[in-house]
Amino acid sequence: MTRAVLLRALTKNKFVASNIPRSLSVTNLSRCISTLILAEHESGSIKAQTVSTVVAAGSLGESSTISLLLAGSGSSLHEAAAQAASCHPSVSEVLVADSDKFEYPLAEPWAKLVDFVRQRGEYSHILASSSSFGKNILPRVAALLDVSPITDVVKILGSNEFIRPIYAGNALCTVRYTGSGPCMLTIRSTSFPVTPISADSQSKKATISQIDLSKFKEDSVSRSRYVGQSTQDTERPDLGSARVVITGGRALKSVENFKMIEKLAEKLGGAVGATRAAVDAGYVPNDLQVGQTGKIVAPELYMAFGVSGAIQHLAGIKDSKVIVAVNKDADAPIFQVADYGLVGDLFEVIPELLEKLPEKK
Amino acid sequence: MKILVAVKRVVDYAVKIRVKPDKTGVDTQNVKMSMNPFCEIALEEALRIKEAGFAKEVVAVSIGPSQCVDTLRTGLAMGADRGIHVEANSSFLPLTIAKILRSLAEVENPGLIFLGKQAIDDDCNQTGQMVAALLGWPQATFASKVVLDNDKHVATVDREVDGGLETLSVDLPAVITTDLRLNQPRYATLPNIMKAKSKPIKKMTLEDLKVDIKSDIEIVEVTEPPKRKSGVIVSSVDELIDKLKNEAHVV
Repeated sequence: MTRAVLLRALTKNKFVASNIPRSLSVTNLSRCISTLILAEHESGSIKAQTVSTVVAAGSLGESSTISLLLAGSGSSLHEAAAQAASCHPSVSEVLVADSDKFEYPLAEPWAKLVDFVRQRGEYSHILASSSSFGKNILPRVAALLDVSPITDVVKILGSNEFIRPIYAGNALCTVRYTGSGPCMLTIRSTSFPVTPISADSQSKKATISQIDLSKFKEDSVSRSRYVGQSTQDTERPDLGSARVVITGGRALKSVENFKMIEKLAEKLGGAVGATRAAVDAGYVPNDLQVGQTGKIVAPELYMAFGVSGAIQHLAGIKDSKVIVAVNKDADAPIFQVADYGLVGDLFEVIPELLEKLPEKK
Repeated sequence: MKILVAVKRVVDYAVKIRVKPDKTGVDTQNVKMSMNPFCEIALEEALRIKEAGFAKEVVAVSIGPSQCVDTLRTGLAMGADRGIHVEANSSFLPLTIAKILRSLAEVENPGLIFLGKQAIDDDCNQTGQMVAALLGWPQATFASKVVLDNDKHVATVDREVDGGLETLSVDLPAVITTDLRLNQPRYATLPNIMKAKSKPIKKMTLEDLKVDIKSDIEIVEVTEPPKRKSGVIVSSVDELIDKLKNEAHVV
């Protein structure tokens, strides 16, 4: 019996779920994967980590539909939706939830929204990037659905089998989802790079649908409110996707000195990173922190100056293609992972590098 | 107001872990165990709130084998008033832990539940969010600052997010998960360690709390990550630039 015929039979005769032999129930039948992705957007376009999540969704199985869920309000939401429709050829549809409730991404209304959307579409998988947005929201949704999510997936082995890092990436855990609800994942975007899209695929546009929120019940008095934010407005590339990352540790000793790191990053067209120690000491803001509980980076070139190489920092840089370390201490653990190590004083090395490095291509 | 703090016993953060040759997991025999650093921060914050006069009692809870009692004693030594040990002989998924904490919250009625944002063993970063969902409470995750209003109805929380810091205002009761910079946990002093011996630790079971174990994830295997090729030490900036340009082709 083809899937189409069975589906028609099911909808026509309103089978009670328990009457269907397990092997024929819709969720088990499909090799057909239907994925809902919680999308992030900013200033009218989809964030890079959402596109990585689309790439990941594409590897869940053959024949899959990918729906991007965007929420927000105002013109930037609709601009983002338009951009989302052609951000990747694998996207089948863009769902738009336009409401003041979603002006800022709060977990409580978002979780209810995902549950609301899920009830209207059969999704075998629900994904988000393991960004602070995804990490904040997806587990809340999972608990509402009584599903154990799998967070920070670095490899997809099949529609139900995944690899995720544990112990700060010092071990890898292969897990299999065996539940009956949708399989829910957060995706580590550095593990699913986006390859440049060919011109013909770019012309493929997904459908854009506005979600009817008239039946969406969210508490009229919200128990959680956005107050404000302090973010760095910078022209430098985003840490999570930069080709080059230059990181400074506590050895930089001051905010002033950290400017050397910034100059070097600028020369190489890279992003600036920092260790926990440097952030704790106040040399740089927290969003530059690289490590187990900060940002995970996987650039082509990672250069660490005055960084000792604690386990928790290394967790954030292991997938870098080339790691360079400069430290006065020849015994610093960072030298064990560096491809090229230079034992020396960063206050001498950095100016010399600035002088001698070729300009970025 | 009562504050409930969940604390987890994990492999100490400084330990270099070893994957078991049979790939069933990480070797935790004869390895130093400690309270998860994020849980210490959670407990510290609860204690500070109590010391500021906003809470009457701090209750620490740990779920796991009998050795969890050691972790609870450390918590009591730091200043928690009493402990609850929920016995479990296998390790549970975060969803089951969240259900246990939900049941406990229904009994204890705290105004705040503090958890560490993630455990440094499984690095899941899920439990706090799940507890909040199950209770229908607001959540403030990755907190780097918590300020309660005088009436203890609202918490203003700064959160560490990808773009920097975000400030939320949540109505109590709420769940807060703690990030690294929220505070510096205190060390338990010797007099407090002695005092802690007489503070009560109540034992409970899953049956007591009417919680069913959720097992919808199987561990297939645990392996070591691919090892990086060993690197070289260069002797000058010139040599470094040469290698980066002509060998690695990254500049």
